[in-house]
Amino acid sequence: MTSITKELETVEFRERLDAESAIPVLVFLASGVLWLLVGSALGIIASIKLHAPDWLATIPQLTFGRVRPAHLDVVAYGWASLAGVGCLIWLTSRLCKTPIRQRGALIASAALWNLGVLYGTGAVLFGYSQGVEWLEYPLPAAAIIAVAFLLFAWSILSTFHARQAEHLYVSLWYVIASVVWFPILFVVANLPIYSGVEHAAVNWWYGHNALAIWFTPIGLALAYYMIPKVIGRPIYSYYLSLLGFWSFALFYNWNGIHHLVGGPVPTWLQTISIIASVLMVIPVMAVAVNHHMTTIGHFKLLRTSPTLRFTVFGAMCYTAVSFQGSAEALRNTQEVVHFTHYTVGHAHLGVYAFLSMILFGSMYYIIPRVTAWDWPRPGAIRLHFWLAALGISLYFLALTIGGWLQGMAMNNPAEPFVNVVAGTRGWLILRSIGGSMMGLGHLVFAFLFFEMLWRAGPRRGASPWEDAK
Amino acid sequence: MIFIRLWMFFAGVLAVLFLGWVGLVGAPGVQLAALPAQTGLRPYTYQQEHGRQIYIREGCVYCHTQQTRPPGFGGDQGRRWGRPSVPGDYVFDQPHLLGTSRTGPDLLNIGARQPSAEWHYAHLFNPRAVVPQSIMPRFPWLFELKAAADPGEPVVDAPAEFRPGGGVITPTREGVDLVEYLRGMDRTYPVKP
Ligand code: HEC
Repeated sequence: MTSITKELETVEFRERLDAESAIPVLVFLASGVLWLLVGSALGIIASIKLHAPDWLATIPQLTFGRVRPAHLDVVAYGWASLAGVGCLIWLTSRLCKTPIRQRGALIASAALWNLGVLYGTGAVLFGYSQGVEWLEYPLPAAAIIAVAFLLFAWSILSTFHARQAEHLYVSLWYVIASVVWFPILFVVANLPIYSGVEHAAVNWWYGHNALAIWFTPIGLALAYYMIPKVIGRPIYSYYLSLLGFWSFALFYNWNGIHHLVGGPVPTWLQTISIIASVLMVIPVMAVAVNHHMTTIGHFKLLRTSPTLRFTVFGAMCYTAVSFQGSAEALRNTQEVVHFTHYTVGHAHLGVYAFLSMILFGSMYYIIPRVTAWDWPRPGAIRLHFWLAALGISLYFLALTIGGWLQGMAMNNPAEPFVNVVAGTRGWLILRSIGGSMMGLGHLVFAFLFFEMLWRAGPRRGASPWEDAK
Repeated sequence: MIFIRLWMFFAGVLAVLFLGWVGLVGAPGVQLAALPAQTGLRPYTYQQEHGRQIYIREGCVYCHTQQTRPPGFGGDQGRRWGRPSVPGDYVFDQPHLLGTSRTGPDLLNIGARQPSAEWHYAHLFNPRAVVPQSIMPRFPWLFELKAAADPGEPVVDAPAEFRPGGGVITPTREGVDLVEYLRGMDRTYPVKP
């Protein structure tokens, strides 16, 4: 080993990298946490309205059909994207073993991104939605977000270009690929040139790919980093990572039209997406085996490390949601669940139980390192975990069972439609309870997060319950 | 390394995205463009198009689909929601409103199923006055409370509790156009192959 590569492996060097990325990372994470609170409030309002439709019924901005898309957009483009970017900035610097580049561009990106989400969400609530699921934001808001993303991509790619690391760790493949993929996808899907059934195809090519090539890579990149890091042993198999990455890239792109099974789109197109959805079993198995074999023998650490606890929960839910997705895409399953609340449960298993839990776990790891401060109140962290984990479990079970029953009833023409509606009520109430638990967990988390920024906790190194270095 | 050379990684990454686009958007785009509009389908009138904008603004699409499934796939045919829809039924739809949720019934043929404007006004003003167990939102901002209706203006059949101090409830321009849109939703013409 040369003396330069030796220097790159020291704790001091890592501390320097973390200190250099601190400001952009914290700006993005703080924005994400604020949008998480807004998004949770919107979600809970929408949820309650489905069983108490006369609540807040005279305020146009709070009608279900506006709050529901506003919730999705805020949690997707606000919370998950901004918190994800914050984590990826830190991760990229660590993996490239060089300080993050273009920090000014990152701050501009954060400012624009927040502006875009504020403008877009305001537009949806005040009646200027484009009316397309996942693409509700009016074009100017989408354009602002596109520019913000390009600034972020510029910083990541410049850092990558200046890398000092010799080995390109698997997490980095996901990060680099996603910063190339997502801006192209986002711009192509927002072009105002589509109509009719082709528009529906574009809509779901985008909608599913937003998960495939942006949100899932964030989650996987972080899981691939955090799990071996906290446990302190390398990832089980390099070749499985390789297989996982390329099969993921190849198959996930073709999944989108499973959102239109049974609809007025060419049958061959539906079939292709169903096949691709089933093939997703391959990358998912590769990731699952890799993570499981890395963790095996170290499950005790789940009790002491909040990072590991959240991340392993998230990684397990990735496996679960992906297998569920493969089974859900089949024609027989789609016939029952397509238009029901079941699908909403599936979506939350993905974006919440998988992605958001990994984001929480990663933030528990990253924030002490960029602030050089430790988390206060381990009890509150545990509370956050259990509110989130039990909340999403209740949420998922209620919509999965309730949605399935709804689909069965809907497919029986002898059942009057209003009975189908009435039958979902109890399940929707349970969903509101689960969702409120998650919301409470977010309040606890936000409180801890801002306490960290005000440095309420112990100085780093002074706390006894901390993660492995 | 992932590949022998880095440029191959980038080329591969771009290629998979492009291939997916060709398969899911490009190719069907070519196929669909060759299909003609259904002959029974008429373009939206100005009023209906305005109503459609209200439908988008209020997010009806988050609870209602506009696509009917074929026999043997779900209960659509048994519920008489209409023959299976085909691409030619949607050529005037921009944006598309196919929808993904049936918290409420499919609306592709609601105009044929429920042609009464009075019914729609009463239902949009307060769904629970028409269907007591409904969880559909009400849309009071598409209506106004007036001392008396203008000649020829529709009056909503609304319970007295919604009219404190008397008067009548009438739909606004937006309410009227939304209902015109709904009443025009009719794809019951026979399909030309
Ligand atoms: C929260 C979900 C929800 C939203 C949003 C919603 N609806 Fe509904 N809608 C329902 C439900 C549930 C029913 C069935 C019970 C009923 O008839 O009220 C229904 C029924 C209907 C019906 C009668 C269908 C039939 O076959 O009898 C029409 C028409 C309708 N809705 C139009 C609209 C319009 C127009 C909008 C937007 C301005 C809208 N809905 C928004 C849930 C919703």
